Amino acid sequence: MANNPENSFVLRTKDVFLSFGAVTAADNLNIEVSAGELVGIVGANGSGKTTFLNLITGYLKPEHGSILVMGQETTGMPPRLVTKLGVARSFQVPQLYTNLSVHESMLLSLAAESGKGGGFWKPLHRDPWEQQGMETLERFGLETYADRPVSELPGGGRKLLDIALSFALKPKLLLMDEPTSGVSVENKFQVMDTLVNVLKESDITTIFVEHDMEVVQRYGRRVLAFDNGSVIADGEPEHVLADPEVRTAVLGRV
Amino acid sequence: MSLLAIPRMALVACALLFVIPLIVPGWIMFVLTKALFMFIGVLGVAVLLRGGLLTFGHALFYATGAYTVGFCVKWTGVHELLLLIPLGALAGFIMAVLVGLIMARYREVFFAMLNLAFSMILFGALLKFYWVTGGTDGLATGTATLLGNPLLAGSFGYYYFTLAVAGVVTFVVYRYMASPIGYFLRAVYDNEIRIEYSGMAVRQVVYRTFILAGTLGGVSGVMAAFTIGHIVPEDAFWIQSGEFVFMALLGGFGGLPGPLMGAIAFEFIQTYASKYFPLAWQMTLGIIMLGIILFQPGGLWAMYQSAVKWIGRGGRGGEQS
Amino acid sequence: MDTRLLTIIFFDGMSYAATLFLLSVGLTVVFGVLRILNISHGGIYALGAYMGTWLALWGLDVGLPPAMTYLMLVAGALFIGFTTGPFIERVLLRRIYGSDMHIQLLLTFSILLILDDGMKLIWGMEPMFVSEPYALLGTFSVGGIIYPYYDFALVAVSIMFGAALVWMVRGTSFGKLMVSVINDHEVSLAMGINVNLIYTVAFTVGAVAAALGGAAIAPKIAVVPQFALEVVVLAFAVIAIGGMGSIEGAAVGAIIVSMARALAIHLAPELDLVSIYLIMIIVLAIRPQGLFGEVELRRI
Ligand SMILES: Nc1ncnc2c1ncn2[C@@H]1O[C@H](COP(=O)(O)OP(=O)(O)O)[C@@H](O)[C@H]1O
Ligand SMILES: [Mg+2]
Repeated sequence: MANNPENSFVLRTKDVFLSFGAVTAADNLNIEVSAGELVGIVGANGSGKTTFLNLITGYLKPEHGSILVMGQETTGMPPRLVTKLGVARSFQVPQLYTNLSVHESMLLSLAAESGKGGGFWKPLHRDPWEQQGMETLERFGLETYADRPVSELPGGGRKLLDIALSFALKPKLLLMDEPTSGVSVENKFQVMDTLVNVLKESDITTIFVEHDMEVVQRYGRRVLAFDNGSVIADGEPEHVLADPEVRTAVLGRV
Repeated sequence: MSLLAIPRMALVACALLFVIPLIVPGWIMFVLTKALFMFIGVLGVAVLLRGGLLTFGHALFYATGAYTVGFCVKWTGVHELLLLIPLGALAGFIMAVLVGLIMARYREVFFAMLNLAFSMILFGALLKFYWVTGGTDGLATGTATLLGNPLLAGSFGYYYFTLAVAGVVTFVVYRYMASPIGYFLRAVYDNEIRIEYSGMAVRQVVYRTFILAGTLGGVSGVMAAFTIGHIVPEDAFWIQSGEFVFMALLGGFGGLPGPLMGAIAFEFIQTYASKYFPLAWQMTLGIIMLGIILFQPGGLWAMYQSAVKWIGRGGRGGEQS
Repeated sequence: MDTRLLTIIFFDGMSYAATLFLLSVGLTVVFGVLRILNISHGGIYALGAYMGTWLALWGLDVGLPPAMTYLMLVAGALFIGFTTGPFIERVLLRRIYGSDMHIQLLLTFSILLILDDGMKLIWGMEPMFVSEPYALLGTFSVGGIIYPYYDFALVAVSIMFGAALVWMVRGTSFGKLMVSVINDHEVSLAMGINVNLIYTVAFTVGAVAAALGGAAIAPKIAVVPQFALEVVVLAFAVIAIGGMGSIEGAAVGAIIVSMARALAIHLAPELDLVSIYLIMIIVLAIRPQGLFGEVELRRI
């Protein structure tokens, strides 16, 4: 099976198309991502980056085209099932359990990952989840907030927790939507450093969306540039980000 | 962390509920008996509310439990509590398993109103199929037996039996709320998207909780049937459902003590209101409910907690000075 | 099935549909704009019925000609609509916009409880009935079955009423403001639209519709306490089938529910109530957002 070309890609989209009225948010996307890659996606606001993640994870359904994850057709599957195949994501606006504590949120991810999220008798607070949860929080530098309500986290912490919750699902493919948006300029690189270090230790294929060119340049090993729902450049960061067409599309200037 | 505080709280509450009947007049004990079985039903409503799910049709399960007793007494002559409680629970469970298949798809307004619609169907059926259900006259249940010995509603034995059932039910709900699904339920209120993106089905969380609530409703109905001695179609009516919601709101549904306080307060309010303004019972409920919503959304339990905090602060302040 | 039975079912269904539409259209308008299911709608409906009937009876008492009862019904309903509507919205609902849905539902539920008992205290437990508006119009017969013209009039009134509401929303500048508030609350605020005023007006329109609906039905039935909540559940079924917030949906929902009920009454009378909720469940199982409803996907 391993030498089947379909299977060597962690993600493969074929002519994926979606429009919202007059806006084409995904214009026949053909994107392939191999195991172990760290891919950055750049593009101006409204260029279809988030839509791309929503399509891959099944939150939105393409009008036509197909999506394959680890060689398996996932077109039309709901997010829950795509997640179970090993795709986890974070969100542009963090999706958190605001009334639970940071640690409890983490425990829920671990419970779901183990398939015991529907258990109704044994307590949630139990080992090994308790200890795994603390470990994961430590990796993301969130351990000091463990027992605080999520609603008390600062902006950067919310972003990190959102990612940590998906990371705890032990995904094969991790999608991050603007991990540094809403994080102050001074902390941007710190957040990214934390993330990249965590990811380095595991071998998770990662796609991250980022409209900050500097961040992409520094962390991406491959960059896709989006404009009006299509990919206008794909390659090494230096190469892609130097492209005048990309600079016009992303920054609105050369 | 109200949840971690419960075991200690539960001991205090148990001790109080154990001792009080020994020192108060009989009618108060009877009111407390009623409060205890209502509490079992309210727990179901309160648990659903933790997930942001409001139901206006909980009487569906309450009536299911009550009529389980009615039919058993009518057809088989069985009055045995230890048989009828599991049977009523099972009836509520089955009803919830069926109705829940549809309910679990809905939230918010739809959840509240669909459940109401289901309870109205049962209410209509109880009225119309009078040759089976006794119609508006309802059915008499007679005296319950415990292991074959008659147990008169209003007796000490009956009270302590009800207390024991309430204790068991509280423990079950406590375990449920401390389990993964209990926390996912709280999360349903917060963010369904994150739950689905964890690979967990929100629908399963809602479905299971609905079944738990339905089962509790059934148990509550069985105890109600014997305590009151008589069951009527109004047990399935929306006013009954509204009263369950009222009790949850009055006590506060954030933890387990709230529903108990709500049920007890409700029974006393009802006792007095039906004496002093018998024609304005709903209006009384409505006005109190408005007051809680606008001024004390956490209910009596939150009031108690802030009072304790306030006294605690005053005490510590005194020591320091 | 013979044609005679079908005709009867059709006429029964249409007259009931008119009733249901008058009952539900205000509920759907309020939900459409405020995104709140106003459970007290049933209370306002019942109040309209009571007040209209009471005024009509009073008019007959003081010797006004029977034809004046129509005016009295309408006057009573308008009075109720224009007093309860602004009061409930300004004094109570305004405090819970943005609260959890269960808080909003419970608030309007408590208002219903208060109204329901209030009516009992004012008008007592005895049924109240004014037959003049009904009798004055006379009857006609179809296939040997006698029908009152009043039922016909109800159908005409509900069509006019629906058309007026649709015109208000689509044809007037106020309607356009309303639609913009529905579509984007924040942007509307930023554009300087008086959102508060729009809410008050929309809620009042709903209340007036409810009261008028109640007054229009009153001569057909005896007004009794406690029908307030039953009618809300019914109205909910209608607008859930049609799609919450859609006026056309309320019309289609009313027709579907009525036809199902008319069929049930003539073919399997025990199932009249069940048929309504069964239809609702079937429609919602296939189209959870209702026939004219739109799915709202949260943007993430
Ligand atoms: N649910 C939706 N409904 C309508 N339009 C949408 C929706 N989601 C995205 N869009 C539109 O699709 C385009 C791409 O949006 P998005 O993928 O969010 O862009 P990006 O993430 O690159 O900023 C935008 O024009 C946006 O307005
Ligand atoms: Mg985006």
